[in-house]
Amino acid sequence: MSDIFIYPEYEVVRDRDACIGCRVCERQCANEVHRYDEVLGRMVADSTKCVNCHRCVCLCPTHALKIKKSEDCYRDNANWDYQTVNEVYRQANSGGVLLSSMGNPKPFPIYWDKILINASQVTNPPIDPLREPMETTVYLGKHNNEIERDGNGRIKNNLAPQLKLKVPVMFSAMSYGSISYNAHESLARAASELGTFYNTGEGGLHKDFYRYGANTIVQVASGRFGVYKDYLDAGAAIEIKMGQGAKPGIGGHLPGKKISASVSETRMTPQGIDAISPAPHHDIYSIEDLRQLIYSLKEATGYKKPVIVKIAAVHNCAAIASGIARSGADIIAIDGFRGGTGAAPTRIRDNVGIPIELALASIDGRLRHEGIRNNVSLIVGGSIRSAADVVKAIALGADACYIATAAVLAMGCHLCRTCNQGKCNWGIATQQPDLVKRLNPDIASKRLVNLVSAWNHEIQEIMGGMGINSIEALRGNRLMLRGVGLNETELKILGIRHAGESL
Amino acid sequence: MLKEGEIRIPAGCAISGVIDRSGKRMSGECMIKSIATMHDRSNGLGGGFAGYGIYPDFKDFYALHLFYDDTLCQAETESYLKKHFEIAYCSAIQTRKMKSITNEPIIFRYFVSPLPRKLESSHLDEQEYVEKCVMHVNVEIKGAYVFSSGKNMGIFKAVGYPEDVGEFYRLEEYAGYAWTCHGRYPTNTPGWWGGAHPFGLLNYSIVHNGEISSYDANRRYIEMFGYKCTLKTDTEVITYIFDYLLRKQKLTLREAAHVVAASFWSTIETQEPEQRDQEILLRRMFPSLLITGPFSIILGYENGLMALNDRLKLRSMVVAEKGDKAYMASEECAIRVIEPELDKIYAPAGGEPVIFELKGENVQ
Amino acid sequence: MKRIYVNEQWCLGCHLCEYECAFANSNLKEMYHLKGKSIFPKIHVEDAADGIHYAVNCRHCQEAICVKSCIAGALSRDENGMVVIDQNKCVGCYTCVLVCPFGAVMPAEGGKVAQKCELCTKNACGTPNCVAHCPNNAIVFEDRG
Repeated sequence: MSDIFIYPEYEVVRDRDACIGCRVCERQCANEVHRYDEVLGRMVADSTKCVNCHRCVCLCPTHALKIKKSEDCYRDNANWDYQTVNEVYRQANSGGVLLSSMGNPKPFPIYWDKILINASQVTNPPIDPLREPMETTVYLGKHNNEIERDGNGRIKNNLAPQLKLKVPVMFSAMSYGSISYNAHESLARAASELGTFYNTGEGGLHKDFYRYGANTIVQVASGRFGVYKDYLDAGAAIEIKMGQGAKPGIGGHLPGKKISASVSETRMTPQGIDAISPAPHHDIYSIEDLRQLIYSLKEATGYKKPVIVKIAAVHNCAAIASGIARSGADIIAIDGFRGGTGAAPTRIRDNVGIPIELALASIDGRLRHEGIRNNVSLIVGGSIRSAADVVKAIALGADACYIATAAVLAMGCHLCRTCNQGKCNWGIATQQPDLVKRLNPDIASKRLVNLVSAWNHEIQEIMGGMGINSIEALRGNRLMLRGVGLNETELKILGIRHAGESL
Repeated sequence: MLKEGEIRIPAGCAISGVIDRSGKRMSGECMIKSIATMHDRSNGLGGGFAGYGIYPDFKDFYALHLFYDDTLCQAETESYLKKHFEIAYCSAIQTRKMKSITNEPIIFRYFVSPLPRKLESSHLDEQEYVEKCVMHVNVEIKGAYVFSSGKNMGIFKAVGYPEDVGEFYRLEEYAGYAWTCHGRYPTNTPGWWGGAHPFGLLNYSIVHNGEISSYDANRRYIEMFGYKCTLKTDTEVITYIFDYLLRKQKLTLREAAHVVAASFWSTIETQEPEQRDQEILLRRMFPSLLITGPFSIILGYENGLMALNDRLKLRSMVVAEKGDKAYMASEECAIRVIEPELDKIYAPAGGEPVIFELKGENVQ
Repeated sequence: MKRIYVNEQWCLGCHLCEYECAFANSNLKEMYHLKGKSIFPKIHVEDAADGIHYAVNCRHCQEAICVKSCIAGALSRDENGMVVIDQNKCVGCYTCVLVCPFGAVMPAEGGKVAQKCELCTKNACGTPNCVAHCPNNAIVFEDRG
């Protein structure tokens, strides 16, 4: 049986006048799209192999290349669109579950873009961040302190361990294995320079990176890959991953071809064999079990590190978060349904979970209503795309944000969404040595630092405009937000008023 | 148009305060004179006063001042009060009819103490019990509003220019060791008596000039601890913050000031280790009680007055001393008009608390 | 003096440096004017079978054997230590091409004279164009003493 041919979704377009035949496109394409045709005496491209990663477009010295959406179409059908039909062909061809990478690309509402921010006029002066201090430092952890005093009447430091961030943005979990050694090094170095944290994901921590431990969050996921005492001790905080926004309710799957010798050693799983983490933690079937794991990890590390529990944003997340806040966790990380992934079943990625904006608003509201918001800090991720999203998230109630898609974009990713194939032309989501070396951490870490620094400047500008000079005074400050084009229910969940409504 | 509490109304203002640290009592006239000088800082939509030491004959009773929209809610409130308190004395607050003060509600005063059996079965301490009852009246009984609830102190406020409000309440007949006052310049409001300042809770009273940008962050945090911000004013939330920090968390005034007007991290870095550690600790413990945006406040409490500016000093405030008397006001003229010859006068830095307390045997 | 150094770890073998070098020394206005032309770059990427790539150009040796071997006095070290070639003096004997242990001196376009990297000091770039355009910072321009 031969497969039904599917015309490529994107076509490589070459400006023949500009192409000088240097063949950099050919050398840089791991998918072997480009080649020099001896008969025609010029470069040609096979678009059926193209994943639209833009590596060739970016490296072409004469800018002779571009990628265009192909014009091929089936008969118009609002119900059976082109992509839906092609997915049926693909499954009929292969009999398999469709796999995808990165975040949900479907046109669901993006609430960030329907929220507007306030600014001061007349009654309250805006503050100029170039002339006045504008504080973005934030401490994550429990704040439910009881004042105790020593013999001299001084307040005792009885606070649970906290994380200090100089910027309210951290790099969220991406495992060594799903991304490359160089990508990990870039994140680690950038986090150190920025005074923030990166997250190992569920792939363990390469020995070379233990020296960035003060800026590392080590993850404990359902597969427990790479978890042992030294690993737990190496990080500044421990994150228990209960779920991921891109694929709530299922575990991870790292294909064997991405498990190199070094990945295998770090992950403590056999080389070349798929590493599959189970959907649940098999020692956590309920909330009381989670409490036991939290305290096991705290016990193992001498109560010196905050424990983060990461959950996917699902329908009942407010109640779940409330349970977690009472279970000894110091921080809750919530991952929205648009969060990225190295590989997820397409149907899960595109149909399971809820938007982070709504999850955050309802969790923050619920915790405050129950008077336990102080028990935990909230980190949100799952498509934080800009400084404006960060400001809106903090005003809705987050303490800090996780970014990963934006971080890999900064390193060069063009969202071709084929990480699962392991042939990332940008050297990020691959373990192939010739591809990995394309990501020079000197460059990539600098780009990450640039991105987060730029966002921080923007956050400061927006805060100053509101007359706020500390990120602490922005947290949960929902009066600073207004919805536009949202219905009553949406406004109620977000806890904000509609634009045009007064204070 | 929406009433105060249904809508948040930004306002500019004038504030003034005076204390005689020797405990000698003075009539409310001086405050009227002081605030009248800053007439242009108010727009006739709210004024008020707080006097400390004004009820020596009832100093062991909580003095509840109430506004009632009608006799119906008064009856409901009084039956609630009777169930929870022994009422030692109650009467309408004496006022003077004035052309410029209109739409007055029913204004009543009660000297009360909690019913011992009720208090015991509530498992609350006395202050908390009173606070709960005050919150109940203000939130649950429509048309009734407790605007003063401390011991041996009282708040008097109305819609109008503050000097007229002072005359209306006949403040020249009261004598206290400390006074604060407030003239309001709201940007839009039909004016509601309850919305005028000072705002009080138990013995704390606050007069405030400013518009804080951290309002909703502060409000949503403090409401976790049983406070209900029904007025949506800065003054209300600031009062609750101080009540929480001073009475519930037992911080000192200076510590509380370092929470709400925390030193910048960059300043903290340069401090001596001992102070640095405490200030870092306070910021880490109460990050959501940091108040940003312009404010100048005078906090009144049983033992004295504290003046505090936001950490950037975005509102004017001067303090002065003359013998045992200490003054604080939005403008120097408001001090000079009642005491032209001063021992010293200065403008405190942003975030620097200035505290004047009763001396020696006068401490309450 | 500042020299061009190559870090093998980051060299991708994309050969862009060769084209950037050729363009820098071509007097052409646009890079796409190279279309259809053979290029004569002064930097060459060596590609080994095991995936190792290495861009090679003149090291500006202290004891430059090309300078010593030049029969026409065309090759010399300037005051900064850079090895330069005066193509007006060059007689095209190619002794230098034969003696350079790095293969960093080569015949120029037309085959009449030799050429070598002169750190883009004699063209419009001013600073080495291969360094400016290396996509992975594999080629750097540094003073390592």
